[in-house]
Amino acid sequence: MTLSRRSLLGTAAAAPALPVAGRRARADDNVIKIGVLNDMSGPYRDTGGLSSVAGVELAVAEFASKGFKVEVLSADHQNKPDLGASIAGQWYDRDGVDVIMDVPTSSVGLAVAGVAKAKNKLHINIGAATVELTNSSCAPSLIHYTYDTYMLAKSTGGATVKSGGDSWFFITADYAFGKQLQTDTTAMVQGAGGKVMGSVAYPFPGTTDYSSFLLQAQASGAKVLGLANAGGDTVNSVKQAHEFGISDKMRIAPLLMFITDVHALGLEVASGLVLTESFYWDMNDKTRAFTKRFLPRSPKNYPNMIHAGNYSAVLHFLKAVNDMGLPAAKANGTAIADRMKAMPVNDDCYQGSIRKDGRGLFPAYLFGVKKQSESKGPWDYYNLLQTTSGEDAYKPLSQSTCYFLKS
Amino acid sequence: MFMILGYPAPLMFGQLLLGLINGAFYALLSLGLAVIFGMLNIVNFAHGALFMLGAFVAWGLLEFFGINYWVALILAPLIVGAFGILLEKTLIARLYKLDHLYGLLLTFGLALVIEGLARNQFGSSGMPYRIPAALQGATNVGFMFLPNYRAWVVVASAVMCLITWLIIEKTKIGAMLRAATENAPLVQAFGINVPRMITLTYAGGVALAAFAGVLAAPIYSVNPNMGANFIIVVFAVVVIGGMGSILGSIITGFGLGIIEGLTKVFYPQGSATVIFVVMVIVLLVRPAGLFGKNA
Repeated sequence: MTLSRRSLLGTAAAAPALPVAGRRARADDNVIKIGVLNDMSGPYRDTGGLSSVAGVELAVAEFASKGFKVEVLSADHQNKPDLGASIAGQWYDRDGVDVIMDVPTSSVGLAVAGVAKAKNKLHINIGAATVELTNSSCAPSLIHYTYDTYMLAKSTGGATVKSGGDSWFFITADYAFGKQLQTDTTAMVQGAGGKVMGSVAYPFPGTTDYSSFLLQAQASGAKVLGLANAGGDTVNSVKQAHEFGISDKMRIAPLLMFITDVHALGLEVASGLVLTESFYWDMNDKTRAFTKRFLPRSPKNYPNMIHAGNYSAVLHFLKAVNDMGLPAAKANGTAIADRMKAMPVNDDCYQGSIRKDGRGLFPAYLFGVKKQSESKGPWDYYNLLQTTSGEDAYKPLSQSTCYFLKS
Repeated sequence: MFMILGYPAPLMFGQLLLGLINGAFYALLSLGLAVIFGMLNIVNFAHGALFMLGAFVAWGLLEFFGINYWVALILAPLIVGAFGILLEKTLIARLYKLDHLYGLLLTFGLALVIEGLARNQFGSSGMPYRIPAALQGATNVGFMFLPNYRAWVVVASAVMCLITWLIIEKTKIGAMLRAATENAPLVQAFGINVPRMITLTYAGGVALAAFAGVLAAPIYSVNPNMGANFIIVVFAVVVIGGMGSILGSIITGFGLGIIEGLTKVFYPQGSATVIFVVMVIVLLVRPAGLFGKNA
């Protein structure tokens, strides 16, 4: 439903933030301030939330200080674009925040990107998926780091069509993210010779029962059920598809799913699903070492690509600040973004680069969820099926609609 | 193929059945609310949180004590009901003489606290809870595969609604309860312990919410927001049915489940709103609700 108790509280929660923020010291010349803005109480809390803050704080702790201090703020945007935009405005204008991190939920991410663009401040988006962040809503001071709808569509969608899943039905969260993911996947499916038999858009947030949509999907006769949703919605849809026996008749393609969602489903239901992430904690020695350092800060969750992305992006940002000097970095969002684009990314979680439109280029990994019998320990969930290189995974610049590439 | 309004008949029958299943949850939850409002005059905003607590208790019983679903179905409502007694004795009982608003604010606050604590402890993505072995699988009912568990939900809710209705309308305890609502001092003068009866009524309403929570656990992910997603709809159901009307809330619960189910076929984007549209229309035509007494 559109009216939830959290939305009733939204205005109430935003109001006290004003005086608190006002009391904080204004921009300190020798301090870099990082603001983490995400969902801390709703459906995307576990995919980002406090664990994203933990990733940021870990990066700050590990970055050897080079004569400046780093401060981390965090806030809950409650998945509301207006609230996200107003917090972003306060942070940039009054609290001297130099970069806003994370911002999942595409509708909120787009709103915050608009604020950052207008003020020429740096925003590194990790959690939101929409490809528009580096296309129609692109900005010189905006970086989109970990994944996007195009990459998900290409990796999960492309692989599914290739292995015979050529007719699709979509169950889509009715907002910016879901629609974009459906659009991108549809293009990918049709481009590969497949067809789309139908789709249904459900109200977001607040829908918990998907059985009605699942029956419509089944009646369409499509071979693949594409889930263009995320977080708790995906968990509920997969769970109910399993309950109605739809997983025996159709192939389920969760187009955006994190290891935290797999954990919530349990392997009994999740095994056999195919999904795309750009990070897996058990990938190699480096990621395992990172996870070991990360876990004490986030006891509930193993890191997914959003948590690791926040870590990596902040580390890269601080390196760039160090490289160009604090005054120059604080003065100009575009300048610091350009410096980050000029430097290669290399840390325990991500190795790659950032393209001139702000798109992070890192490999996309297609994972299959293990069977219960294959899983050896807690959070041992993925088998790597296929790797798409960073250069191939993302929408090519030749198709970009980003305005500043053309000038 | 036989068609209804341009849709294949099996699909439509399936949707009606699914609407009925969701309606079962609405009915069970709004029944508890109606009982509490009817007897205590408290608008229990904590109902969704207690529904969630029921599911979490069932999950905890299984996870930590190995207690299975069937035992949890009895035990969880008792545990949450006991928690309800605690709430009523320590907090809610102080508000009976005050305006409705105070009760609403208190229970709303309680809901936020309970949900916040659960979120802090368990995160937001939820816990897996298995469908009990005896109810796994699905039955072909001709027009669709009906998961056995969903069929059980409808039956269990309907039986529970019937039992509650019978207790309140047809037994001596129910008669005393109704009398106490009308005129508490008089009933007390007959030697009946009215405060204790009110406490137990609240516990009973809360236990109904917890019962619904256990029923919901295997279908929805057991997460701290599960109650918040239901509660606004359930309030609309209570208002449409007529505040405090037991029968009204049961019938409206099932009815609105079906209306919502059909909306999911014809205009899915509106499925979250349709119940409120109905509410507006009903309130315009019958301000006391469909089954309300003082029109």
